[in-house]
Amino acid sequence: MNVVDHDPPIHQEGKKVRVSLKFPIGHYRVPTYIRGKEVRIEKNLGRYINPEEEAFGKNAGSKLWYYLVSIPQKQLWKDYNGADEDLLEIEVFEPWLESI
Amino acid sequence: MSNNHDHSHEEHAEITHDEKPGYYEILEISIREILIEKQLIKAEEIRKQIEVLDSRSPVLGSKLVAKAWLDDAFRERLLADGNSAAEEMGITIYDDTAFTVLEDTETLHHMIVCTLCSCYPRAVLGLPPDWYKSKEYRIRAVHEPRAVLKEFGTVIPNSVQIQINDSTANQRYMVLPLRPKGSENFTIDQLEAIVTRDAMIGVALISL
Repeated sequence: MNVVDHDPPIHQEGKKVRVSLKFPIGHYRVPTYIRGKEVRIEKNLGRYINPEEEAFGKNAGSKLWYYLVSIPQKQLWKDYNGADEDLLEIEVFEPWLESI
Repeated sequence: MSNNHDHSHEEHAEITHDEKPGYYEILEISIREILIEKQLIKAEEIRKQIEVLDSRSPVLGSKLVAKAWLDDAFRERLLADGNSAAEEMGITIYDDTAFTVLEDTETLHHMIVCTLCSCYPRAVLGLPPDWYKSKEYRIRAVHEPRAVLKEFGTVIPNSVQIQINDSTANQRYMVLPLRPKGSENFTIDQLEAIVTRDAMIGVALISL
C-alpha cells in the first residue's frame, strides 16, 4: 500500500536555515540568543507536540516537525573565547526555521 | 532510653511552613485542587509521580555508562535510541521525552544546559542540582562554557572541541564520559562507582 505523507518536513539535514527573528507574546521554546541566527540542520528529530500552542490548550495535541540544529560558537557570540570548532546544538520547531 | 538525656531538642530546627506562599505556589495549589475536584487527576496519582521522581538518582545513569563502556553493542544501541536502551536496563523514561546520549571522545567534549528552564534527564539522574537551575549557569554555559568548566576545575584544552547542548523542549541529554585510563581491569561494579553526576552533565571529567 502506498502511504502518502500529507505533511512532509520542509527542511533537510545539512541545509542552512535562519531562526526567525520574532518576539511574539506567549510560551515559546526558542531562546532569544538564537533568534535571527543562521543555523545548520543536523537532524530531523521527528514530530512532537507543539508546546507553544499546547500551553494555551489550542492545538488538541497536533504535532510539528522538530529539528536539531547547530551553530559555531564564534558565529553566535562576537566575543567568544574558545576554539574555532566549539559548537552549540539546540532543538527548534519547524515554524521557527526559515529557508535562506 | 538513657536517663542521661543531655542533648537539647532545640538543636534540630522544627520544619515549619510559616512563610506566606508566593504567587506561583498559590497558582500551583489552585490548579491542582481544581483538577482533583473536576476528577481529571487523583491526589494518589500526584503522590505516586512524586514518588517516581524521588526514586531516581545518578546511580541509574552510572549503570548505563558502565554498561556502555564494557559492551560495544549496548553503547551503539544507547547512542542510537536512549529510550529503548534505558528501558532494556529496566529504567523507564516516564515523561515522554527523547532521552539522547552524547558520547565524548578524545577530541570532543559535551556539556548540557537548559537555558529556558531546567530540562534535565531526571529519569536517569534524578533531580538537577541547584546550580544547574541557576540563571548564572544557564546564561554562562552557552556564552562562556570554557570559563564555567574551569570554575568546576575542568580544564579542556583548545585542541578539544566543546559542544554545548541546550535542551529546549523534548530532548533530554546525558553525556557518556570518557572512560579513564587505569580502569581497564575494573569490574562493572567498580566502573559504576567512579561515574559521577557532574561527569554525566559534562562539567567534570572522570579521574581515578
